[in-house]
Amino acid sequence: MASDFVTQPLRRNRFRQLNDLIFFLIAGGLSASFILLILLLLAADLLFTSRADFVAALLKPEIQAAVKLTLASCTVAAIMSVWVATPLGYLLSRYSFPGRRLIDTIVDIPFVLPPLVLGLSLLILFHQPFPFSQWFYPDSNWQLEKWLRDAVGFPVTYRWPAVVLAQFAVSCAFAVRTMRVTFDQIDPRAEEVARTLGCNRGQAFMLIAMPQAWRGVIAAGTIAWARALGEFGPILVFAGTTRFRTEVLSTTVFLELSVGQLDSAVAVSLLMVAMAIVVLVVLRWFGGGLSK
Amino acid sequence: MISISNITVAAGSFSLSQLSFQVERGEYAVLMGKTGVGKTTILESICGLRKVRAGRISIDNVEITNWPPADRNIGYVPQDLALFPNLSVRQNLEFAMKLRKQSSKLINERVKEFAKLLEIEHLLTRSTKGLSGGESQRVALGRALAFGPAVLLLDEPLSSLDATTRQSAQAMLRELSRRTEVTVLHVTHDPAEAEALADRRIRLAAESGKAVLEITIAGNSGQLTGNQNDDGV
Repeated sequence: MASDFVTQPLRRNRFRQLNDLIFFLIAGGLSASFILLILLLLAADLLFTSRADFVAALLKPEIQAAVKLTLASCTVAAIMSVWVATPLGYLLSRYSFPGRRLIDTIVDIPFVLPPLVLGLSLLILFHQPFPFSQWFYPDSNWQLEKWLRDAVGFPVTYRWPAVVLAQFAVSCAFAVRTMRVTFDQIDPRAEEVARTLGCNRGQAFMLIAMPQAWRGVIAAGTIAWARALGEFGPILVFAGTTRFRTEVLSTTVFLELSVGQLDSAVAVSLLMVAMAIVVLVVLRWFGGGLSK
Repeated sequence: MISISNITVAAGSFSLSQLSFQVERGEYAVLMGKTGVGKTTILESICGLRKVRAGRISIDNVEITNWPPADRNIGYVPQDLALFPNLSVRQNLEFAMKLRKQSSKLINERVKEFAKLLEIEHLLTRSTKGLSGGESQRVALGRALAFGPAVLLLDEPLSSLDATTRQSAQAMLRELSRRTEVTVLHVTHDPAEAEALADRRIRLAAESGKAVLEITIAGNSGQLTGNQNDDGV
């Protein structure tokens, strides 16, 4: 072996640098096309509308009502999402139990379900005989909406609770993913040691895991809020678009467009762009962005 | 006193079967064996973090085989230490005592005593982030000992320390065991460490799926295989 070993002469390949340059041009060019598209979209919106149009649109009482309902419903949906996603994310991250993979898959359904189908499903759940009720009472016509309206006095469909529920159904899935990743990144050993020191599982969760997860909680809440903001299809089907009642900003854009009010539609869109940018900044601030 | 009789534990790809040994009260026992032979698994079974398939584990003659970890009164220092990053050094030491709702007077006394013993008084207000290897080690020991456990389990406690620190850490471990009279089970793969510290040395080897133990106590030695129904003394 040793006798066969010949040192290669030292020679510089002049094309190497050129090849590197070509690589960067191609990769950079392809990347730039996407970045450019996004920036041009925003620029087009900004240049289309004037300051006066923007202010005029936001002063319309129906749009102000939509802004208020959007802020309130997104916030309620985000809080509910985090409330549910934190324990679910923790269970999925820490424990292996029968059916875990199934639950993991069920959580992903809202990601892949077409939004209109989700809305339609909500409508059917609330307005058709309740699933399985006829197995036990063959002639039963028990409907969730009817019960909520008549017995509880809390009608849902085509009212603001429907907006929140439609938003929650999707944003919670995003919050669960975020919380799961958050807990995956926290070392479970500390919670185990806490249990040897006298904690039950709940105490280990509250005293050791949760204080380390607060960034994830804020990220999950923000992502859920942003998803709720963009929610359109399920709201359209399940809550309708009644002005001053169930109109949120995403449905405002649709309503304004459908009556030919392009100025208002763009003004409201810009408002939503601004909200989305705030969300992105918050996410960057608290934990590495959406991709983390 | 720790008494293990005929325990069988499965951990991932391997299992330990019918393992028995005993550590007397106040004794400093060192459990030795190659990497992957199941030393950590044994410690985790004793402190209740891993389920035991068969057999009995007793501490001070109370059978605790299926007790939750919180009730076992065991101080556990895992190899990666797992200090609580959200708490200060002082809060780490206080943690187990606060859970037991002990008086703040007693907690303060204990923290003071152990901080002095472990030479971490100057670190008490610090966060656990940014402590050196030796400092983290001593905080983890303090956290495991301050609440007064009957048994202390140490998993490769000196492996991350450099040679000089290791010498003083060994001296400190001896001193701790003498002062607190806690029963210690210390896991290592380093024979020199075992030589320096142990009252009782237990060597664990896996031979064709069975655990084989060789136990040395102050000059006496004997061998016994895992499938004997013997207490190991």
